[in-house]
Amino acid sequence: MHTISLLVENHQGVLSRISGLFSGRGYNLESFTSGPTTDPSVTRITLVCNGDDQIIDQIKKQLDKLVDIIDVEELTETPTVDRELALIKVSVKPGQRGELIQIADVFNAQVMDVGSESMVLEVTGSPDKINDLIALLHEFSVIELARSGLVSIARGKKNNISPY
Amino acid sequence: MKRKGTEMIVEALKRENVEIVFGYPGGAVIPLFDVLYDEDSIEVVLVRHEQAAVHAADGYARSTGKTGVCIVTSGPGATNTITGLATANFDSVPVVCISGQVPSTMIGNDAFQEADTIGISRPVTKHSYLITDRSEVGSSLKKAFLIAGSGRPGPVVVDVPKDIFLAEADDEYPEEVHIRGYTPHQKIDKESIQQAAEALLSAEKPLFFIGGGMHISGAAGIFSRIMDTVQIPVVTSLMGIGIVPSDHSLNLGMIGMHGSFAANKAVSSCDLLFSIGVRFDDRATGDLSKFARNAKIIHIDIDPTSIARNVPVDISILGDAKEVLRELSPLLKPCSTAEWSSEIASYKPEEDTRNKTGVPGLPPEQVIRKISRKFPDAIISTEVGQNQMWASMFYNFHTPRSWLTSGGLGTMGYGFPAAIGAQIGNPDKRVIDIAGDGSIQMNIQELATAVHEELPVIIAILNNGFLGMVRQWQEIFHDRHYSKTCLRAGKKCARRCSTPGENCPPYVPDFVKLAESYGAAGFRVESIQEVDAVLDKAETITDRPIIIDFIISREENVYPMVPPGAGIEEMLL
Repeated sequence: MHTISLLVENHQGVLSRISGLFSGRGYNLESFTSGPTTDPSVTRITLVCNGDDQIIDQIKKQLDKLVDIIDVEELTETPTVDRELALIKVSVKPGQRGELIQIADVFNAQVMDVGSESMVLEVTGSPDKINDLIALLHEFSVIELARSGLVSIARGKKNNISPY
Repeated sequence: MKRKGTEMIVEALKRENVEIVFGYPGGAVIPLFDVLYDEDSIEVVLVRHEQAAVHAADGYARSTGKTGVCIVTSGPGATNTITGLATANFDSVPVVCISGQVPSTMIGNDAFQEADTIGISRPVTKHSYLITDRSEVGSSLKKAFLIAGSGRPGPVVVDVPKDIFLAEADDEYPEEVHIRGYTPHQKIDKESIQQAAEALLSAEKPLFFIGGGMHISGAAGIFSRIMDTVQIPVVTSLMGIGIVPSDHSLNLGMIGMHGSFAANKAVSSCDLLFSIGVRFDDRATGDLSKFARNAKIIHIDIDPTSIARNVPVDISILGDAKEVLRELSPLLKPCSTAEWSSEIASYKPEEDTRNKTGVPGLPPEQVIRKISRKFPDAIISTEVGQNQMWASMFYNFHTPRSWLTSGGLGTMGYGFPAAIGAQIGNPDKRVIDIAGDGSIQMNIQELATAVHEELPVIIAILNNGFLGMVRQWQEIFHDRHYSKTCLRAGKKCARRCSTPGENCPPYVPDFVKLAESYGAAGFRVESIQEVDAVLDKAETITDRPIIIDFIISREENVYPMVPPGAGIEEMLL
């Protein structure tokens, strides 16, 4: 999986152009998030896509070629902070709620809703953490799942000072 | 200065030095045609189908180097341009297409003649703009022209809602625009040029491979000087024809599916393929795993997505062909490749079996060669299929921008409107469309345009009564199942027929009568002896289009041919 971060013009149609590029050329798009940056005319889009080196190279070049794309950065090899948000609705019978809340605590997930037969958990974290929680929750049966997709940002440069 | 949207558009066209516009009016775009009515500096050519408007702008652009402009209305007017835009997009042709749109307040409401023009054209354009405010008109047009004509050129659509045509504002056409996401000109990497020069000079079997990018860049002159210095042979893609004269001793011809024997053999044997302005399309390369197996590949192109996309490249140089070649030229000196030259010479005479005779009807090769001798300085456009391939093989080209063919998309119906555009852009040249009898019918309505504009375009129909190229494939790969490729087949014919002969129904339409019904000149040629006299007559006609219906042999095939899945040295002859 490759993570690509784009800075794009905040114009209508930009999202369509990017998704059209993927569908038109048969590239595989796993996740797509988009949101404003500190500059209201610039939007940041984080993509996760799959493919061998040659395909990923083409994808980056094709994206860079688009007039509305200001910058293309591949984050796969870069140290990054990766986060995703998930809202998970779990089927819970009375008596099970306690165990579910314990699991939620371990993952730092919050209970956002309690119903007579279900609960909704909100969790943020790395995609792996979220995958692990969902796997555990399948014992309770997951009724509904809404994942936001990956948002990613490069870590800052660190001065590596030798301890000796 | 206070201007309506329409007036700002006309101001934009003038500032971009646009003298000719091809178009077709309609409700959404009446205001723009209204302003153009009084504008003497811009000639508006009325076509008879919006597809032809785009092809004409395309032919104008390819033959002059200027950006072609077309104006169409909303809805069906815009959707009719899609094939034309896709054609221009595939062959990197600078076209700006202004389309009218329903008023902004009605967009998305399924209004009369509304279409999501930007959405529909997005995959087939370099870029597009929907104007949402009167203040955007000037800058959007400036950006459209900038994007269309720079870097790797391409078509740009500007969609203008009717209320914006009519809206007034007090603004000026911008002097400059900056698009932060668009940097068409890169700094050329001098070290790569050094490496490329060294590789070229040290190769034992070097070969140049040139394509459409050379025309776009205007690199023929510098390349000619380089060829004189290094004396290395050259092969071309379909789009590269005309950069080097067809009869130049070092020009081995086109490579690929219908490339020349010598050219295909040379690519398979060479140890260095120096490629400029090509994109290694499948028609040119054949099976990629067998392409230029013995060669180091050097690739010069202006578009980063072209490089190392289909073939692995050893040295890549990103940049404009002419500029890169200018940097390269001083580093080169004469190459001694005597062994390579004699190997190539051995490819030429015996194996090149293009003279297939013994079938009734005019031989297409001779027809093209006679046209080439009679009109040696013509601009040649083609339709698609066998007519296109024969034109590429047998016309003797020697000038850049004189070869107009839909290479990437392969659009039947391209040649005639493109010829119209080229004739308008080059009034002192002869323009000839080499057509098939199928293709010419796709935009035949443009005879009216050519007659009213008094354009002496010659339409040379290579009439075999078939969709020739498809029929050839059916003959070679599908047991002669001529499924829906015979253009003379009618209700009285057998359901399945693979034996065209004297009992076939007459051809419809009678192209001579059709020409005359439009007020054009029409001639039919059925024997080789008649050809010269008819071409002489055509030469004297200078004020209307001329159709020449050449009745050619019905089942003539284009050879050499590289079957699908084969390497280019595996040619059928």
